[in-house]
Amino acid sequence: MIRYFVPLGVFAAVVVLLALAIHQAPRKDLVPSPLIGKPAPSFALPSLADPNVKVTSAALRGHWYLLNVWGTWCISCRIESPELLAIAHTGVVPLIGLDWKDSRAEALAYLHQKGNPYQQVAFDPGGLEAIQWGVYGAPETFIVNPQGIIVYKYIGPITPRAWAHDILPRLPAGQASGS
Amino acid sequence: MRGTLLVLLALLVAPFAHAIAPTRMPTPELQARYERLIHNFRCMQCQDESLANSPVSLAADMRRQIRQMLLAGDTDQQIRHFFVSRYGYFILFKPPFAWRTAWLWLTPGVLLGVGALSAVWVIRRRAALVTRESGDEDESFDDGLTGPGKHS
Repeated sequence: MIRYFVPLGVFAAVVVLLALAIHQAPRKDLVPSPLIGKPAPSFALPSLADPNVKVTSAALRGHWYLLNVWGTWCISCRIESPELLAIAHTGVVPLIGLDWKDSRAEALAYLHQKGNPYQQVAFDPGGLEAIQWGVYGAPETFIVNPQGIIVYKYIGPITPRAWAHDILPRLPAGQASGS
Repeated sequence: MRGTLLVLLALLVAPFAHAIAPTRMPTPELQARYERLIHNFRCMQCQDESLANSPVSLAADMRRQIRQMLLAGDTDQQIRHFFVSRYGYFILFKPPFAWRTAWLWLTPGVLLGVGALSAVWVIRRRAALVTRESGDEDESFDDGLTGPGKHS
């Protein structure tokens, strides 16, 4: 009698396996970063606004900051732009831009036109700094704590919901106000 | 006929048409290591292609990174570590055997084992069935069909 249920059991197991696989499939573009909990790469990059000024990780030590990887060629970054301006307006955490594989003139024009949410923007036209951070698309946003540790990485454009649920609660301001 | 053949030949080489501008390393030894490395890493943007085959700019940057590290004297192991520590095991086409990847390596073997066992089980049962039937009915069918293991 039991042997009639064996194929059914195997079938059910295959269904569960495939259902899990399909459930995971859309997350294929979200590869978890091994850098979470690890020190952020130290960097000293030319500032977008002034090539003679350097944006350095050393100067950011002791502060929470968001490192936002963007480029003028990146459509999702345009979608994200208003939310970044809103975050900058709250003054909760400074935004540091990493302008990835971009032209200086276009990037400056873009910020002038759309508004600049960044306290500083590091310029990485060659793209090698982004590799140090394990970046594989834009926008990507890292939360870095005062000890220089990467606390969290958000992949994709920050929406108001992502800010409220994923990013703010990981910042001291979000924890103080109680979530 | 020759036209068709030409078209087919053209189609055959079409996948290589967007080939990546080859990178020259100073020594053949470095060149060989470079080629091997770029074939072993996944392009993170178009995830089913290797760095060697991917035309996207991130892959070009990663190739440049590998080239720089090779020229600086890094070992293959150091280069692999550099990428794995930033992008995770996902970037390797052949992930190492570790606790987190054990299921990846073991599942095919387990499934093969289960399949083999069920095959053996089914074949044995069928064989036993044939033996019994031929024993019951006609002795003339006996030769060849049932082996020395014939019962009753």
